[in-house]
Amino acid sequence: MIYKRLFGAIVVALVLATSTGLCQEPEELTVFAAASLTGAFGEIGQLYENETGIHVLFNFDGSQALATQMVNGAYADVFASANTKQINVVKKAGLMNTSRIAIFTKNKPALIVPIDNPAGITGLSDLNRSGLKIVIGTDDVPIGDYTRQIMDKLENDTTYGYWYKVGFYNNVVSRETNVNYIVSKVALGEADAGIAYKSDVTPAMAEKIARIEIPEKYNVIAEYPMGALNQTRYPAQADMFMRLVESDQGRAVLEKYGFDPVSGPAIPSTAASNAKAAA
Amino acid sequence: MNSKQVIMASDQAKAGYIKGLSVHTDESVLISSRVKEISLKAGLGLILFLAGAFIALPVASLFIKSPLDVTLRSLHDPVVIDALRLSLTTSALTAVTVVIMGTPVAYVNARFHYPGKEVLDSLIDLPVIMPPAVAGIALLMAFGRMGILGHHLNALGITIAFTTVAVVIAQVFVSSPLYIRQARTSFEGVAPEYENAARTLGASRVYTFSHVILPMASNGLISGAIMAFARSLGEFGATIMFAGNFQGRTQTMPLAIYTAMQGDLDVSLCISIILVAISFVVIAMVKILTRRVHKNAGS
Repeated sequence: MIYKRLFGAIVVALVLATSTGLCQEPEELTVFAAASLTGAFGEIGQLYENETGIHVLFNFDGSQALATQMVNGAYADVFASANTKQINVVKKAGLMNTSRIAIFTKNKPALIVPIDNPAGITGLSDLNRSGLKIVIGTDDVPIGDYTRQIMDKLENDTTYGYWYKVGFYNNVVSRETNVNYIVSKVALGEADAGIAYKSDVTPAMAEKIARIEIPEKYNVIAEYPMGALNQTRYPAQADMFMRLVESDQGRAVLEKYGFDPVSGPAIPSTAASNAKAAA
Repeated sequence: MNSKQVIMASDQAKAGYIKGLSVHTDESVLISSRVKEISLKAGLGLILFLAGAFIALPVASLFIKSPLDVTLRSLHDPVVIDALRLSLTTSALTAVTVVIMGTPVAYVNARFHYPGKEVLDSLIDLPVIMPPAVAGIALLMAFGRMGILGHHLNALGITIAFTTVAVVIAQVFVSSPLYIRQARTSFEGVAPEYENAARTLGASRVYTFSHVILPMASNGLISGAIMAFARSLGEFGATIMFAGNFQGRTQTMPLAIYTAMQGDLDVSLCISIILVAISFVVIAMVKILTRRVHKNAGS
């Protein structure tokens, strides 16, 4: 008898909970974002939640993995990719809202080494030294794609050349499917060096890894596009999130993590705070 | 057949009992019991069908989504060739290692009691229950370059993480319990009388083990080794964490499926189909071998 009543109470509670959930504003916005955005977007997501009361559910992974998931039916409201190639995969599948895809930030690949730098690496020229253990990205993950572009530049340069590239690839011990795995393997000291982004040496990571910049003439610029998906149930809230990322506030967070601003003025303030000001 | 007869018999008994009570309801009861029986059978049939379809549909989808010519073309892809070669060699090496190391352990645990046996038994079974990701990070903490044992090895110039050796270590770690368990059961199935008879006839311990016990337990041992081989072929989590992901060196078939799925789906499907085919062969072999064991036990 007691159990029956208890069961009934639970059913009623569940029905109430779901029905109130349906009546209210969305409680969750689903954002698929490149693994390199983990720190910065985590913080921006918190800002968004503070302003709107809507929780942001993030899925951080290699952009190519996220694109594969969305093409195969995963639900997302917003996609932020670490290169245009992967957002185009989703676009080609007809899933992106093409009216509003924009580059919101930039980044640069960088050489990372464990903080005690056991192999004594000082720059690119050390990377073909035999016996090193280097970790890079797969061909599909954006960081791996950028790494390949850098290696092609080095191959065509007289100071480095073809054999440098061969030596480099001989030292590669693992190819990771997202940049965070590269960073963690270097931070653990299991690899002597890795090619990740300059934004990966976050304040929290600075005690475990050190960054060595790649000279301008050999490096490439990573451009991060972002857009909403056609399937989004909350287009206004998705737009609000993207505006927050592009606002001064959002840019400040991205720059704190080592991202570079895009040219052009930032959006003065978010739609959410506009709405608040109007109210 | 048997259960059907039982059901029918019980139905008849019921019908007979009710017949004695009332003549009027006789026919209607018979009909209702038949309806019950038919609907029960139909219901069970549907469940069996759904269970079969639930497994068959995804497997069939692999073949439907990957036409034969695409699969054959992908077979020439270096990613596929390297992964196949690496997976087969490491899994074979693992099976051999597990048999060599595991057979004595299984025999001792089947025949003798010693202090700490329970503890060792539980430890041996632990990797089966342990999530592969835990196994991966545990192996890295032990054998990685900065690991408990690994940094001593590193000082001697031996590195394990991110090498093919790491792939084999991860596979041995996760698949050895399958073999040891099966081997132990097989040894327990050999009656001690045979062993005693051989010993009283003057055979040495070693001779008895290799000429009496091993042949009698061999089917079980082989099927255990095949299971360990199959588990190694499928190993993913511990490998990607401990051995990394490098084509030709540490990128086994499951890792290649995972990596290729994010770029070239055809390659991914091709490797999957090969693994499905191997799985079928493994199941068939284990079934045949265990059937023989039962026959031997029966005769």
